[in-house]
Amino acid sequence: MWQQLWLIMLISPVPAQAAQKAVESSCIRCHLAMGDQLAEPVKLSAQDIHFQHGLSCNNCHGGDPTKDALEEAMNPRKGFVGHPPRKQIATLCASCHSNAEFMKKYNPRARVDQYSEYLTSVHGKKNQAGDPNVATCTDCHGVHGIRAVSDPNSPVYVTNVAATCGRCHSDVKRMGSYDIPTDQQEQYSKSVHGDALMKQRDLSAPTCNSCHGNHGATPPGVDSVANVCGQCHVTQEDLFNQSPHSKAFAENKWPACVTCHQNHLIVLPTDAMLGVEETATCAACHDKGSAGYMAAQQMKSEIAGLQSRLASAREVLERAQRAGMEVSSPIYQLSEGRDRLILARVQIHRFTPAILQKTTAEGESIAAACEQSGWQALAELAYRRKGLAVSAAILLCMIGLLLLKIRQLKT
Amino acid sequence: MPRSGTLGILINLIYSIDRVLTMLPTEQTMTRRNVLNYLLGTTALATLAAILYPIIKFMIPPRIVESSASSVVAAKVSELKPNSGKIFRFGSRPGILIQTPAGEYRAFSAVCTHLDCTVQYRPDEKLIWCACHNGRYDLTGKNISGPPPRPLEAFSANVRGDEILVSRG
Amino acid sequence: MNAWISKWGEWLEDRLGWRAAQRLLEHKEVPVHRHSIWYYFGGMTLFLFVVQVCTGILLLLYYRPSAETAFESVQFIMTQVQFGWLIRSIHSWSANLMIGTAFVHMFSALFLRSFRRPRELTWVSGALLFFLLLCFGFSGYLLPWNKLAFFATKVGTDIAGIVPLIGPFLLRFLRGGDEVTGATLTRFFGFHVAILPAIATVLVSVHVYLVQKHGMSTPPSVDPDKAPKMKFIPDFLLRDLVGWLTAVTVLAVLAAIFPWELGEKADPFSPAPAGIKPEWYFVYMFQTLKYIPSKILGIDGEVLGIMFFGLLGLLLIITPFISPREPRTGRRSLLPVVGILVLVYIIVLSALAYRT
Repeated sequence: MWQQLWLIMLISPVPAQAAQKAVESSCIRCHLAMGDQLAEPVKLSAQDIHFQHGLSCNNCHGGDPTKDALEEAMNPRKGFVGHPPRKQIATLCASCHSNAEFMKKYNPRARVDQYSEYLTSVHGKKNQAGDPNVATCTDCHGVHGIRAVSDPNSPVYVTNVAATCGRCHSDVKRMGSYDIPTDQQEQYSKSVHGDALMKQRDLSAPTCNSCHGNHGATPPGVDSVANVCGQCHVTQEDLFNQSPHSKAFAENKWPACVTCHQNHLIVLPTDAMLGVEETATCAACHDKGSAGYMAAQQMKSEIAGLQSRLASAREVLERAQRAGMEVSSPIYQLSEGRDRLILARVQIHRFTPAILQKTTAEGESIAAACEQSGWQALAELAYRRKGLAVSAAILLCMIGLLLLKIRQLKT
Repeated sequence: MPRSGTLGILINLIYSIDRVLTMLPTEQTMTRRNVLNYLLGTTALATLAAILYPIIKFMIPPRIVESSASSVVAAKVSELKPNSGKIFRFGSRPGILIQTPAGEYRAFSAVCTHLDCTVQYRPDEKLIWCACHNGRYDLTGKNISGPPPRPLEAFSANVRGDEILVSRG
Repeated sequence: MNAWISKWGEWLEDRLGWRAAQRLLEHKEVPVHRHSIWYYFGGMTLFLFVVQVCTGILLLLYYRPSAETAFESVQFIMTQVQFGWLIRSIHSWSANLMIGTAFVHMFSALFLRSFRRPRELTWVSGALLFFLLLCFGFSGYLLPWNKLAFFATKVGTDIAGIVPLIGPFLLRFLRGGDEVTGATLTRFFGFHVAILPAIATVLVSVHVYLVQKHGMSTPPSVDPDKAPKMKFIPDFLLRDLVGWLTAVTVLAVLAAIFPWELGEKADPFSPAPAGIKPEWYFVYMFQTLKYIPSKILGIDGEVLGIMFFGLLGLLLIITPFISPREPRTGRRSLLPVVGILVLVYIIVLSALAYRT
């Protein structure tokens, strides 16, 4: 009796119908009574999405929940599977999740191709070949307390994905035999995408599955990296595909984007990447005197030129502003110049200096106009000070004369 | 201000020189007291002029009669064709004025709600697009695709004569 | 020339009877002693008040008192209107100078015991004027509708809301609602250009009339009959003019070299800027409130702080009635001690506020 009461309390978040079913289930009653490790699954089931929809232990594990006796309840002839072997977990989940008719009853929009995707992935292929180390459904989604993907506590909620993948992929011992790096999660956490997602909570930022896929997880092939990055970075991909690099990279089997920006440790690009200094990215491939070298040099000087123009305009305007002059209008216009700089930096990916030059020229003329306004404001300031000097002179004259008059009246 | 100041100083100078030149060493025509009084008088006039000059200039309306960022002329009717957009300044931030393919004028803040880039109108897709990370907004400003988390702030656009006036809310 | 003036003089005397005022001014005398310098500060405060009225009226020609337009109209004055920057900066600087000279005038009257019989009401009207000036400063500060002013007003009216019993009513009355909004701006504008000036007109008239009626007070250390006298016209007035013209020069220098900043337009949705402080004439009270523990003997610390300052204000008004009579020979008077303590307190707490 007390057990039943405790059960009801435990499973209270679950809808009444499901709760009733659970109370009737011998699985839950016995496992809970046994405590410790065997009771764990029951405790977790309170948050499990399957339980919330009225499913129960036997829907996955088989057996007969109406029978109390162990041999009858966990009877293989009643379909009892127990602890399914790893090779069969995906098939077990797929028995419902790939059944469109069945899934429609619970979520009409649910996808039913996870299993077929899984089989195309490295995880899937190795799992089917018997490898016990690779991920299958329960490794990422959990096994008993499975939550919806949109639930922030789910291991596959967008901000938790990197940690979930990293549980295996950062484990050096486990990954030893697979000949792939184990620093992806660490690198990602330092990257601009990792920062955007984890620190800035920009949920639109990419994480592992954004580039690698969910169930058909595969690193993008060398020739398709640009497409993946181009999902968001459309302009850069467009420009790159038109650029001389596109053909050159394809011929050499170098991945687009990744060759210069890396794949996991993508940091905020700086102007230092462009150009021909030793540490510049361009210099890593282009020898001195080559066409690419010249192009890199020219693009760098365009961008650096615009940047310095903008900086000097900003400096003059800030000086005027600090002196109290009202220069909000040219400061606004300067932001248009900054927009040109941002555009120019994107246009680098066309690797054609002429295209850049048009944009930087526009930006420089805007900067020049704004700087001019700044100088005008400072000139107005000087004019005011001259005016002040003249009026102050008159006032001081007046004060002086008054003092003379006072002195005169005293005598 | 310099004009009246120079004027005042000139007036001073002229009177002082005048007094000095007509100075006769007798008590009837000139005493130190008279000089001081005249100097006081003229300097007082100059001071008054120096104070009144800016006040009078202040009261005369300036060339640009009013400047209010709560309402801005974004474009002329002739400037904007259907299915096109224009970026304009609204306060200290950019705004975008579009004419839908159906001919209606709409205005929004041009600041993308993702990471503050300036959006643009895409006549080929008939929607508003942000080049930075491929965010898209429909013609009501609603974010429909890509990273932007919120719609664009909407302004009201009205036609007054041959001008299109955009104002907040 | 003289005949023409006296003809007009007769015409006005017939209709206005102005000669009485002329006689008063001609006969007015000011005692001369080592504390005479302080006599100038009352007139200086009045002069700066007149400067405020004039520059304020000029600003009224362009200022628009609504949340959507106020900031832009001040920006317009600063950039488009000829000498707009001058008028606006003078108005802002002169406000501060005026409150400064008011402080000096008040403390000098306190230390020189000018409030003794029969001048008690002069003191009372002056104390009320002082509070009025603070109200002018507080209401005027919001009018440009910039970020600093918005939050200073929010904090200031929050503090008003803590007054026991009438606090919540006072808060709603000041804000024109529950929050600081455009309604607050319009209301403060009404206070600043109509209600407060009307009250000021009455109080200033009473105050100045009483000063003329009773003449200038002499400190206890000076014998009023033995002290030499200076005629008001022309001697004292000329010296007054020197002071006033110096003030104008100072204002011109401040306006040209240290123009009053405009800041950014107020945005109710953005967070308060860091290190927000009220204007210097409120800052010592603000800093005191920061030091009071949150609960003292079960009462809210802030409430106690407000009541403390309310009590101080009340004591200020009734100073003539509670200050010790002239001490018999040999005993030191308590008054200068209290006065200096208050002065030191104000200075120290203001300094502390600006150090952080």
